[in-house]
Amino acid sequence: MTTSTMPAKRQIVFSEARFARRRIVNLIMLGLTGAMALLALVPLIWITTYVILRGGSSINVSFFTQAPRPLGVAGGGVLHAIQGTFILTALAGVFAIPPGVLAAVYAARNPNTPLGIAVRFSTDVLSGVPSIVVGLFGYALIVKTQGHYSALAGGLALAILMLPIVVRTTEEMIKLVPHTLREGSLALGAAEWKTTLRVVLPAAMNGIITGLMLGLARASGETAPLLFTALGNERYDAFRIIKSGIQTGQNPLSILNMLVEQPIDSLPLTLWKYAQQPYPERINQAWGVALVLMAIVLLTNVSAKLWVTRRAGQLKG
Amino acid sequence: MVKQLYGELDVENNKPAIKGLAVKETVEEVLASLEMKMEMSDVSVFYGNFRALAGVSLKIPTQRITAIIGPSGCGKSTLLRSFNRMNDLTPNIRTEGDVLLDSRNIYAPGIDVVDVRRRIGMVFQRPNPFPKSIYDNVAYGPRLYGIRRHSELDEIVEGSLRQAALWEEVKDKLHHSGLALSGGQQQRLCIARALAVEPEVILMDEPASALDPVATLRIEELMHNLVEQYTIVIVTHNMQQAARVSDFTGMMMMRDDRAGELIEFDRTDLIFTRPEDKRTEDYVTGRFG
Repeated sequence: MTTSTMPAKRQIVFSEARFARRRIVNLIMLGLTGAMALLALVPLIWITTYVILRGGSSINVSFFTQAPRPLGVAGGGVLHAIQGTFILTALAGVFAIPPGVLAAVYAARNPNTPLGIAVRFSTDVLSGVPSIVVGLFGYALIVKTQGHYSALAGGLALAILMLPIVVRTTEEMIKLVPHTLREGSLALGAAEWKTTLRVVLPAAMNGIITGLMLGLARASGETAPLLFTALGNERYDAFRIIKSGIQTGQNPLSILNMLVEQPIDSLPLTLWKYAQQPYPERINQAWGVALVLMAIVLLTNVSAKLWVTRRAGQLKG
Repeated sequence: MVKQLYGELDVENNKPAIKGLAVKETVEEVLASLEMKMEMSDVSVFYGNFRALAGVSLKIPTQRITAIIGPSGCGKSTLLRSFNRMNDLTPNIRTEGDVLLDSRNIYAPGIDVVDVRRRIGMVFQRPNPFPKSIYDNVAYGPRLYGIRRHSELDEIVEGSLRQAALWEEVKDKLHHSGLALSGGQQQRLCIARALAVEPEVILMDEPASALDPVATLRIEELMHNLVEQYTIVIVTHNMQQAARVSDFTGMMMMRDDRAGELIEFDRTDLIFTRPEDKRTEDYVTGRFG
């Protein structure tokens, strides 16, 4: 209340030189960070342009619609690898997403229980395991026991790689849902699981979808885990398998089984194999494959982003 | 404007102050003449070893508004949340004592918490509509209890929104997101959501503290209408609000060991004009807190 406790006003003298120095330092720092920001863009732009330039020439309709032809025979495409990439990624999603999301729900709700801590720790460890090791694991677990390479083994290996991404992003997104929303539901008498299913998961859905898309994109671009599991199969043709299955009157389940029980190719696997061959024809196709792969991953990401923003817009009204 | 619940307080001439109750009646006399919806006896709440609530006993009369006031951190919310067992959701929490709803202890073994929470609704400090449409927000509770028929749900949604004085504002946009509403409308939506499961008691945890004065007034008006059918317990640190809306007021304070206790409970008109406890007097006159 009394004025005696007020400290004396400090006198600070700003000289012109001091101002000038500050302006210069500021400019230097701005320039430095700006230049580094540009530098960070260089690899992406460089890779994209280079892949488009080198791969663009191999891209035509038959590249997407035809199976590979023998060397020296003109035409042919990588339909088998495109089919394979979609089938493998779908398998990985089926294996990784349901358990991953449910584990994340558990870990987010029970963070300090032994199981919750174990889930978080093991996903951290799992995300650090080299992908080739995961491939070996798939080989030992499925290929060895079944006695043959298969799409199923490849899908499982990819799922193991995807799992930590699914669990961690889902868990983070669930944790971001305000506590008050949960309480609102519980106060109406809703059970814990109904609250999670009807309120928490829908509220976190945008982030979860983004995480799942990132996981799928990651899985679709992996090569190493497929080397010992999916192996590769230039003669794979999903359409033919389905057609012959229908003609011989198989039920949908056994057709599905036929689709996944044999070795399968994927775009990264084809890229890896073609790029090793000494023929310019194959090298060019490898660049084409790279372009298709990049386009698929980019499209997945962009469409997920668009979907999420549209949905967020609807929710905010 | 808010309907005036109390007449001019005129102690000398013994004029009625609370809906037909004479001023000279003490709170004990008044309570004796009323039916009790809930009764809390000697309730203590512990967070681990820390005692947050020290043996609170409190009676909540049917279809009246009971306000709980007191400075921040004195355990008002903890007290309110022990009325519908929301405290159970906090880890390491322990509640001792009895809370009776229609003379049955809601903490007794064998009591269905889901049923307790259906009969005792809750409105929170910050409006917390679900990220769903207005319709789905209100229909959420009824759907939980198995109501699926569209005609029935439509009826409940409209009725609840009307009761919450929100129907006219939202009837043309029931399928828009509840988050698109203003703060005050969101809070009334949350009240409608609570009403949709036909509770008997509504607990309100500072329901207007995040709202502007106009929206606050609408919530208070709404409380006056709702009390015709429901029993309301409101926690507030806005003393004018407690004075405006409630019939009875409990004053809480933090003891030296930081446990909250109820230091005074009286008719609202008396607690704001003739508090018996010195600390209540200091608090309601703004000298502290």
